Parts: sequence; C-alpha cells; structure tokens
Amino acid sequence: MRNQSTDSRGTAPDPVIAARGLTRRYGATAVVDGIDFDIARGEVFGLLGPNGAGKTTTILMMLGLTEISSGEVSVLGFNPAREPLKVKQRVGYLPDAVGFYDHLTAAENLAYTAKLMGLARAERARRIEAALARVGLAEVASKRVATFSRGMRQRLGLAEIIVKRAEIAILDEPTSGLDPQATQEFLGLIGELKAEGITVLLSSHMLDQVQRICDRVALFQGGRIVLMGAVPELAVKVLGAGFVVEVEADGLGIARRLAMIPGVIQVDTLGVDRFRMTAERDVRPDAARAVVTVGGDLRRLSIDEPSLEAIYARHFQIRPRGDVRHAA
Amino acid sequence: MRREGSPFRGLSTVFVKELADHLSSIRMLMLELLIVFTALAALYGAISSLRQNTAEDPFLLLRLFTIDKAPLPSFVAILGFLIPLMAIGLGFDAINSEHNRRTLSRILAQPIYRDALLMGKFLAALATIGISLAALWLLVIGLGLIFLGVPPGGEEIARSLVFLVVAIFYAGVWLSLAMLLSIVFRSPATAALVSLGIWLFLAVLWPMLAPALAQAIAPADPRYALLGLNDPATAIWTQELLRLSPNDLFGEAMLAVLSPTTRTLGPVFLDQLRGAVMGSPLPFGESVMIAWPQTVGLIAGTIVLFAFGYVLFQRQEVRA
Repeated sequence: MRNQSTDSRGTAPDPVIAARGLTRRYGATAVVDGIDFDIARGEVFGLLGPNGAGKTTTILMMLGLTEISSGEVSVLGFNPAREPLKVKQRVGYLPDAVGFYDHLTAAENLAYTAKLMGLARAERARRIEAALARVGLAEVASKRVATFSRGMRQRLGLAEIIVKRAEIAILDEPTSGLDPQATQEFLGLIGELKAEGITVLLSSHMLDQVQRICDRVALFQGGRIVLMGAVPELAVKVLGAGFVVEVEADGLGIARRLAMIPGVIQVDTLGVDRFRMTAERDVRPDAARAVVTVGGDLRRLSIDEPSLEAIYARHFQIRPRGDVRHAA
Repeated sequence: MRREGSPFRGLSTVFVKELADHLSSIRMLMLELLIVFTALAALYGAISSLRQNTAEDPFLLLRLFTIDKAPLPSFVAILGFLIPLMAIGLGFDAINSEHNRRTLSRILAQPIYRDALLMGKFLAALATIGISLAALWLLVIGLGLIFLGVPPGGEEIARSLVFLVVAIFYAGVWLSLAMLLSIVFRSPATAALVSLGIWLFLAVLWPMLAPALAQAIAPADPRYALLGLNDPATAIWTQELLRLSPNDLFGEAMLAVLSPTTRTLGPVFLDQLRGAVMGSPLPFGESVMIAWPQTVGLIAGTIVLFAFGYVLFQRQEVRA
C-alpha cells in the first residue's frame, strides 16, 4: 500500500508528473505560486486544501487548459503547454461537478467523448460497455443522463476515464456532494484504478476521506504547497508523534505509569479513568502491561490513526500565516 | 511557443454531434415552422398576383421571390427579416450552455483543441441553416412549377442559386455574432437578449436612423431642395450608413441578382444612363458583379465576427 517514495520533499523515482516552480498569476495575484512536486507512477496523490487554494488551477495547467505564467510541468514526459493533445490522449480528467448532455443517454455521452478520443467504432462500443459495467451503470446505459443522480454522474465521469484507458486519472473534488454510501462506492472505484496501476491525482477539501486512499498528499494554502508527504510522516513531523492511544482503566497512579513507557511523549487525563497517550510508536502492548502491573482493570484500549485533520489544524495553528491570500 | 497537433482534430465529431442536436431539437422545429409558414404566405401572395398578369416576363420564377402583394412583404424581404432570427436561435447558447452544463472542461480534456469545438459548432449551425434554406428554395421552385406552369430557365436557376449562397453567408454573419455573444455572456438569456436587440436595431431602427444621421453629416444643399431633387451627397451618406447593416447588404445583393433589370445599387446621374436600354435585363455575370461587393461584405462580416469570438474563446478560462 505504501509507496516506495517516502521522501517528504516529494521527489520520486520515475515521476509521471513533475512540476518545477509552477506559477499561475491573474494580474498581480498568484493563484498558484511556484509549486514543486513529483508524482510517481501508480501512486494515489492527494491535493488538499481549502477552496480557492489553487488546486483546480494546478490541475488545469497540467492539462494545458489554462496558461502557465512561469515554471514548468511535465506530464508523462510531455509539456502540456506545447503538446496538450498528447497529454490529453493519455490523461483522464473528471472535473469538479462534472456535467453531461442531459438529452443524450449515458452510452451516447460516452460515445461522443470516445469519438473525440479517436477510437474506432467497434473498439468504442466494446470499451463503453465494459466501462459502464465496471462502474455499475450497465442497467441505465440507455437512460437519459437527465435522470441521473450526482453519484451516478460522478461514476459516469469515471467510466469516461476507463474508456480512455488513461495512464493518469485526475479527479477534481470527486466526492463532494455525494452521500456517504455513494462516497464509499466511489472511493472503492478509485482503489480499483490504483490496483490496475493507474496513477491517481485527486483534489479535495474532505481531509478524512482522502486520508484513507492517498499514498501521499500535498496541502495547499494560498497557492503554495505547505506540506507534502505520506500521512504518517506528516503526523510525526507536525504532531510530533504518529499514534494516539486511548486507555480506559482504573488503578492507582496509572497516568504516571503510562508516562514512563518508552516512546510516549505525552499523557492527557480525559476523565477519572480515561487517558490519552501520544506516542511515536504503537504502545498498546506496553500500556496493557502497565495497567496490569498496577493491578487495575483494563476496560478499553484503542488506537487512533493520525488524522489529517489534526495535522492540518495543528500546522496552521502553530504557524498562522499573516498573508493569507484570497485566491480566485 | 507553437502548439503541436492539428487544430481540426475532432472537428467532424463535433460537427456531426451538433448537427444531430440541431436537427432533432424542438427549437429548430419551431424556427422552421415559423419560416416556412411566413414564406408560404408571401409566396401565395406572389403567385396570386403573378397569375393575373403573366404577360411576357422572361424571369417569372424570380418574380416569385421578389414580388409583394400588400399587406405581405415579398419572400426575400421576409427571409431578410427571419434568417437572422434563425441564426441567433441556433447560436446564442453555443458556448455558454457548455459552461453552464459543466460539459466544457470535460470535452476540452479530450485530445482536441478548442478550435475544433468552436468551428464544429459554427459549421453545424450553418449547415442546419443551409439545409433549411435549400429546402425552402426547392419549395419555391416546386410551387412555381405547379402554380405557374412555366419551367424555369437555366439562368433563373443560376440566379436563385446565388440567392441561396448569399442567404447562407447572411446567416453566417448573424450566427457569428450570436456565438460571439455566447462567449462573452455567461448567461444564455443575456446573450439572446443582446443579439435580438442588435437584430431589431439593425433591421427596424437603423433604416430610420441612417437618413437622419446622413442629414446631420451632410446637410442637403437648399438649391437641390428648390429643384425638388435629393442632394447626392446626402443620398450617398444615407446609403453608406445603411450598408453598415447586414440586412441592407443582403437586400441590395438580392435586388441585383433577383431583379435582372437592376443596373446599379447606388444613385446615378442621368448622363451615366446615356445609351442604356431601360428595362432590359443584364446578363447573369453582370448582375453577380453588381451584387459582389455586398456579398464580400457579408463574408467579411462573418469572418471578422468569428475571429473575435475565436480569440475570446481561446483566452477564456474553462472552469465554471
């Protein structure tokens, strides 16, 4: 699951997307301000940040759909500003709140884009049928898109990327506006793409969802990447620890005892018999032993994965930025 | 920095899709019904007045296009009025509806340039209008055969074909304008209102305003007025101003082509007419030469407006 590239600066072997000093200015304001990143083949990379932080603009520059003010980006070795057709032939894009021609059916909508991709008739029909089956829309293939829900539209957009047999799938806010079940289904489909070796780049402001599927993330703020790397690394870097263990037990001097365990950084007392330990490693076995040693009753022992939300909140709490830009 | 790849990739796909959309749309059906019924009314008037004096007109078929019987205007005048409506109807939401449906970024993420999308939409709408006008043209000829019973001559067919071509370019001007406005305004309603406003201004108000403006620019010499004549300077200004409107260009070109006796479209002095056999028709080539500047004006208008739209569309942000 974890990618081979664990360098927090984001250099990866065999990058399929490499950006250097990528900048987009509108007049005097820089919406994307000199960002650098590398994305390795086959990884799921998340662009995270609040709305207007420059995520979509970065994506559009990668597709050659908006001008690059300075810096450069290479996608599969092509320059999107000069060779957009070659890039767009190999990269699938699911825009934020994707739209379809309502008066056409699902299959007709895909047929139109498949024709634009330059697929021959027989190949087109075969791929469309397979893609619709894969995203679970085979039964409504001949229904007009006007009747589709938001979740079905998103899946139809994903089917388009599957029809294209894209090497890179770029998904802009793929789960915003979906109900929990549709979100789960969609995240499952993204997981399938990854299993096939497709590089997935997704942008989102829903941190917890992204955390589950991303190998690495880049946090955007005011057009800059302020944090980049795998979530556990970021947790260690920002929170100072990667694991939070909660213990519910009674017994004399448990808190002191827990604090003595090697690797534990901090112990907070949440209630009479509830404690939260922040640690560099999984200290559950040691905590259990400590409770037993003092003769206490261990009622609950749980571990929290480091949450991206906590990382995000902590990062901006520690280093509040005075010059928060209002990006377009 | 040059971009690589053909700008025409995907053009035929966009063209076919848009053409299918237009031909099957209710909007198109309504526009066609409107045009066919008004044109039929005009033709009925023309046929009934022609049947009363079929004497020895060598261009009977062409008279079908140009003759009017009060209160109905002639067939050509009706088309001059309705073709812009049809072109605006097909073009006013070309680009902004793609924005609003959020399909634009998805389509442009396919391996095509924006050129193909814009050009494909333009050509598809023009082809739609072309098909309707050709059908209308066949209708006129067919009705002429049935009710007048005189087979049309080769020159009549040639002249009416020139009418067809000029009418398509006339539609092109309005289509380019409507598409330009569909790029400028994000709301289709605004684009439609502005294009309809321009159409009404040029079709209805401009013919009234142009003479007044000409009077202001070149006031008539009172000596001409004493003689009961028009001042040629004022007349020329009036005509030049009128020609800013594509409706006027279309009307003049049609006058030259469909009324073979038309010798000139501007004011003439009597001495220029010396030696002319009044009332005799000009050869086909000469009539086309008279209509040529107006036709070029319409083609140029189409291209200039399309180019404006093209530049704006290339620079436009695709995100909604």
